[in-house]
Amino acid sequence: MQFFGGSEISPSPPVPTASGNNAYMLYVFNRNGVCLLYREWNRPLKTLNSHQDHKLMFGLLFSLKSLTAKMDPTCVDKGNLGVPQLPGQGCSFHSFRTNTYKLTFMESPSGIKIILVTHPRTGDLRESLKYIYNLYVEYVVKNPLYSPGTPIRCQLFDTTVDQYVRGLG
Amino acid sequence: MAAIYSLYIINKSGGLIFYKDYGSAGRMDTNDSLRLASLWHSMHAISQQLSPVSGCTGIELLQADTFDLHCFQSLTGTKFFVVCEPGTPHMEGLLKHIYELYTDYVLKNPFYEMEMPIRCELFDVNLAQAVQKDRVALLGR
Repeated sequence: MQFFGGSEISPSPPVPTASGNNAYMLYVFNRNGVCLLYREWNRPLKTLNSHQDHKLMFGLLFSLKSLTAKMDPTCVDKGNLGVPQLPGQGCSFHSFRTNTYKLTFMESPSGIKIILVTHPRTGDLRESLKYIYNLYVEYVVKNPLYSPGTPIRCQLFDTTVDQYVRGLG
Repeated sequence: MAAIYSLYIINKSGGLIFYKDYGSAGRMDTNDSLRLASLWHSMHAISQQLSPVSGCTGIELLQADTFDLHCFQSLTGTKFFVVCEPGTPHMEGLLKHIYELYTDYVLKNPFYEMEMPIRCELFDVNLAQAVQKDRVALLGR
């Protein structure tokens, strides 16, 4: 059927597939719990709407951090469970793993939290998160049109992060 | 230097039924351990909700700056978790072994009431042996 020709030339770029990409989602929160950025590459299961999901994720990180700060077996003076702590204070965590995903977490001194959710069998991603933080500093913080505390709408940052995360092992 | 810092067993509703400390620094009173246990129970449940793929059974390993937390959940919902030095190997095996001891010496004890705190001498003795053996094996490696 050549009448409807032109179908050989693909009209749009190929649909991204899950193969070769181990990343599921990326979250960036600021210190007040505002979700600055949410990207997802592969998320078949959605149980909550996005707002609820972000709140639950932030709450999980917050509570896990107070849990690790209290549980820290090497520190003598730990204070009570749930005392508010500044970023970098107290024992924090850098990743956890379940049977279906692995979550890697990083918090900058200014309270920016970067969370990358990947396949459970990915290796240590702490350096990758630092790299994403550097991208954030370069493309978002140094962007004169960006006002702090608002969701990130910055195309250059989006594409660079997308490219970088897709390239992760 | 202890490889294992502490061991917790929580029942299916998040209540702490067993806690043993093997030499972590700082004071942790009964209330603190109870609170930590129930907090872990809820975090475990939330982590299942946030899974991008279906079939998630909760956190198995939490890596903190100064310790690792390995968690094993039995089919009936009882959770065993052990706090150890970062990178301590063979913790899954140890947790499975502790689960075996729990079924043998706690569940088969006719005086034990389900979901209540564990007070069984035989369990204590065998648990101490298992942990000790694990520590010796670690020194030998």
